[in-house]
Amino acid sequence: MKPGHSDPEGETTARLLRELGYKVEEVGVSKVYNVVVLADSKDEALMKAEEMCKRLLANPTKDNYTILVEGEE
Amino acid sequence: MKREEIKVCILRVGGTNCDAETKTAFEDLGVQAQILHVNEVVKRRNLLNYNALVFPGGFSYGDYVRAGAIWAKWMLSKIGKELEAFVEDGRPILGICNGFQVLVEAGLLPAFEGISPYPEAALATNHPPGYNCRWVYIKHENNGKCVFTIKIPKGKVLRMPVAHAEGRFLFAKEKEKQYLRRLYENDQLVFRYCTKDGEYAEGHYPINPNGSFHDIAGICNPEGTVFGLMPHPERAFYWWQQPDWTRQKLMPQYGDGKLIFESLIDYLEKRF
Repeated sequence: MKPGHSDPEGETTARLLRELGYKVEEVGVSKVYNVVVLADSKDEALMKAEEMCKRLLANPTKDNYTILVEGEE
Repeated sequence: MKREEIKVCILRVGGTNCDAETKTAFEDLGVQAQILHVNEVVKRRNLLNYNALVFPGGFSYGDYVRAGAIWAKWMLSKIGKELEAFVEDGRPILGICNGFQVLVEAGLLPAFEGISPYPEAALATNHPPGYNCRWVYIKHENNGKCVFTIKIPKGKVLRMPVAHAEGRFLFAKEKEKQYLRRLYENDQLVFRYCTKDGEYAEGHYPINPNGSFHDIAGICNPEGTVFGLMPHPERAFYWWQQPDWTRQKLMPQYGDGKLIFESLIDYLEKRF
């Protein structure tokens, strides 16, 4: 969730963690997609992942996203 | 165009619901309505044989990724050009609940500058969180642009049910004021959540059942031909669909949802 928008799932989780006795300031909930991309280089894989985020995985109105590329060249 | 010649396509895919109720509503008003699986539309390329299109409610593709996202992108990749032609020809598209989410994810709403490549709004997780199924009141805000509400006087309060977990209408925080102004300027704001007496919810739950920005329950495109709303008009079509109908003194045949379908049919009769 981008800053400024409330994250009801995070807020509810934070409340329960506090009930359980943890000192929790905030919880942010996010999704992780593990995508196995067929590409010739890490740069190409990154470019494709960026496209995937824009076209489907994230809604720019509310979602931030980070891409982490792993694997062999 | 004669009423009995009007053909409405109600799309179906894994996870959609209320397609049968929507069909019944149209048929009750004397219009031909067909429920078609999206694969049929892709295979036959027959979208333009219809005068209006409905994306019904439900939880298409399990609401995976985001509610409506997969169906929206799937439609765009398969029959994007036909959809575009449909909109450009002024043929109406209605999105109910999940259908509203699809239209937003597909960039067909709010579509300030035409169909947008990326969503300009979102229908996020409800606040307070969780699936919310209840009857709500919505106030008609449109000044006459939206073809789905032309028979509804401005300011009229309607009663319909909502049933969703992702219905919190949002604009990007940095664009909130600008986009809200554009909704008003273009006459794209159609319904806002309110009390029975028409007082705006001002974000208060459960009057506003999902925490939507500006109590927004439904919007249309700048042309007024593409319309999406979270409440279900097809579940409020007949009077007896209301939970307290036996306790009410007034017993007409129809509920408030009928006005949406009647307005659309009125438009189609005059326009085509």
